Amino acid sequence: MENRFQALLMGLVLGAAIVYLFMPIAQAPGPAGNRPAAAESADGKARPEVRAGNTLAEVRNRGELVCGVNQGLPGFSNPDDKGHWSGIDVDYCRALASAIFDDPTKVKFRPLNAKDRFTALQSGEIDILSRNTTWTMSRDTQLGLDFAGVSYYDGQGFIVHKDSGIENAADLDGATICTQTGTTTELNVADYFRSHGYKYKVLSYEKNDEALAAYDNHRCDAYTTDASGLAAVRLKMKDPSQHRILPEIISKEPLGPAVRQGDPQWADIARWTLFALINADELGVTSKNVEEMKGSDSPRVRRLLGGEGAYGHMIGLTDDWVVRIIRHVGNYSEVFERNVGTNTKLGIERGLNALWNKGGIMYAPPIR
Amino acid sequence: MAGAPTKGKQKIGLKWSNPAVQSVVYQAALIAVVLYGGWVIVTTTQANLARLNIATGFGFMDNTAGFGIVQSLIPYTEESSYGRAFLVGLINTLMVAGIGIVLATILGFFVGVARLSSNWLVSRLAWTYVEVMRNIPLLLQLFFCYFTVLRPLPPPADSLSPLEGVYLNNRGVVVPSPVFGESSTLFVIAVLLSLVAGYAIIRWARKRQAATGEIFPAWRTAIAIVLGVPALIWLVGGAPFTLDLPVYRGFGFDGGMRLIPEFIALLLGLTLYTAAFIAEIVRAGILSVSHGQTEAAYALGLPQGRTLRLVVIPQALRVIVPPLTSQLLNLTKNSSLAVAIAYPDLVAVFAGTVLNQTGQAIEVIALTMAVYLTISLVTSFLMNLYNARVAIQER
Ligand SMILES: N[C@@H](CCC(=O)N[C@@H](CS)C(=O)NCC(=O)O)C(=O)O
Repeated sequence: MENRFQALLMGLVLGAAIVYLFMPIAQAPGPAGNRPAAAESADGKARPEVRAGNTLAEVRNRGELVCGVNQGLPGFSNPDDKGHWSGIDVDYCRALASAIFDDPTKVKFRPLNAKDRFTALQSGEIDILSRNTTWTMSRDTQLGLDFAGVSYYDGQGFIVHKDSGIENAADLDGATICTQTGTTTELNVADYFRSHGYKYKVLSYEKNDEALAAYDNHRCDAYTTDASGLAAVRLKMKDPSQHRILPEIISKEPLGPAVRQGDPQWADIARWTLFALINADELGVTSKNVEEMKGSDSPRVRRLLGGEGAYGHMIGLTDDWVVRIIRHVGNYSEVFERNVGTNTKLGIERGLNALWNKGGIMYAPPIR
Repeated sequence: MAGAPTKGKQKIGLKWSNPAVQSVVYQAALIAVVLYGGWVIVTTTQANLARLNIATGFGFMDNTAGFGIVQSLIPYTEESSYGRAFLVGLINTLMVAGIGIVLATILGFFVGVARLSSNWLVSRLAWTYVEVMRNIPLLLQLFFCYFTVLRPLPPPADSLSPLEGVYLNNRGVVVPSPVFGESSTLFVIAVLLSLVAGYAIIRWARKRQAATGEIFPAWRTAIAIVLGVPALIWLVGGAPFTLDLPVYRGFGFDGGMRLIPEFIALLLGLTLYTAAFIAEIVRAGILSVSHGQTEAAYALGLPQGRTLRLVVIPQALRVIVPPLTSQLLNLTKNSSLAVAIAYPDLVAVFAGTVLNQTGQAIEVIALTMAVYLTISLVTSFLMNLYNARVAIQER
């Protein structure tokens, strides 16, 4: 017994000494230097930052884009019974794939829940997160993300049972509210009730389905999420006419795609793909007229479609990148109307999402 | 230490063929590898987090949480810190796991004994229970419990009220809560004293029985004291507390104490599920005691109940306690499924909402794992103490 203890003690001392001796050697190349990841993507510049800074090359090598989307939110990203995805967030990823590959089908959609979406992006499991994600300062700065812009201006609202007699948000004093964990929604509720001095109870479910089932079973007086989501939620209810969406919007929810920090070129591609969709809307370039618009005299249209300047090359793409986007996916207006517009089941007006010169705030910096 | 190496040298010498030398070298090598591995993991993680611009450290624990929690046993508001939210979650976990452990153990013992009953119906019922519960995933049982608890209950406005001041609705159970005033100090002291007295009587009676064989109805006396003395003081000195009655207002009840349906469903699910496993362990434990023991007890004239209580179970416990411990640990760990039904346990509050807000996954998950590890080690430690007591004493 005593012997064994001695052996252990000596072992410890020796072991520590060995580690100490080897430490300076191990430290010299630095932990970043001998990362296998650096070797993996060494086809570009052989610098340690290569991995973080080479998403475009990785996507090209892989032959497809991996895009994190919602598990099922009609109008934003929703699979049908044949596994075909549709929605604004999904179409944005298709636009990105079109710009890179001239092929909107070269996207793999990775459905993510609210809680895990940022980890999936940070860990490199996805190239881009396009999952009705609100751009906030803490997400932008603390999570190592970069938001590409705003693809949909949203705000948080409430849905209630009609028979509860609740007419507007002020009637919710004392109410129990159901929501999903891992969202900005969960936090806005607290802000709203606190600032109005109302009492409330909040129940946060991991999955949206349980939150809705609990609301459906009257466990809560109201369910809350982004207003766009509410329209979709109402459709999911057994009898949509039994539910009322309250008029108040209690928060700003600018939704947009996000990429990892540290790859400025990839962030630019993500950002300008979004701006291209919006600029095409503003200039009247649609999937139907894009071929004839190539011959347009307008310098703005010519720059957009690659007739003048080398804008595609500036972000590592070909100069007809916008033609590819518009041909396959359409402009912002087409994407909006196809997925959530007044002719769809959701029936959402452009509202804030109308162009800046048409009464909304959708505005993209110019391509020049 | 000074004398040790010389002693070692005299006896063995520093040759490689010497097993002691070999073991030192092997251990040194192993420890070096482990330490180096740990060091590489930590520094690489740090470097990668810095490279990805992800915030690190535990500084966030002092920041304002800003979100509400539906059940809290300690004062908590949106202005409280993340550290406080962590505590709230931890206490909620301990509460559901603690009560669950007690209930599952009791239920498991009953079902396990019932499974061996000579009454056909009782043993079949127990068998059915065990098979059904063991073979359905816990998460499904939780959803089932949750929605079967919720669905039939009326909204707050039409609450069921089985007793004055007690209300049952789909927001949970509300009961009047006691508010302790000044007269309660005496009462609390009386309760504590009578508990001590009850315990002393039971110990005394046991000792006396061991020494002289005389039987004293200790349990009955003890219960009479524990209930009687406080009741007497209550009668003489008046009620030691006043009741805070819940009142209906707007969306529900104000005042009183409440159990939320999420808690009830989680407790029910964990208890019923774990009890099935415990029942099997108890059954195995009882079957492990040789039948000769029972026959010997009958031959001595002990009735069936006492045979079980005094002869069989004490011997069965030796077999029961170790696997029982791991079931109790399972129950605690399984309580982390709470977030599925919105019970605000540690995982839901801390590894859920706090993680979502701060994004500091590594710190939050590491701390959460450390908590579960600590709870498990403490539970194991206590069960090992108990195991040492019930284990056969070699004489
Ligand atoms: N925009 C908010 C909320 C996003 C969110 O996750 N919304 C929920 C409620 S509509 C959702 O999409 N759930 C669908 C699901 O997880 O399947 C955020 O970025 O935090």
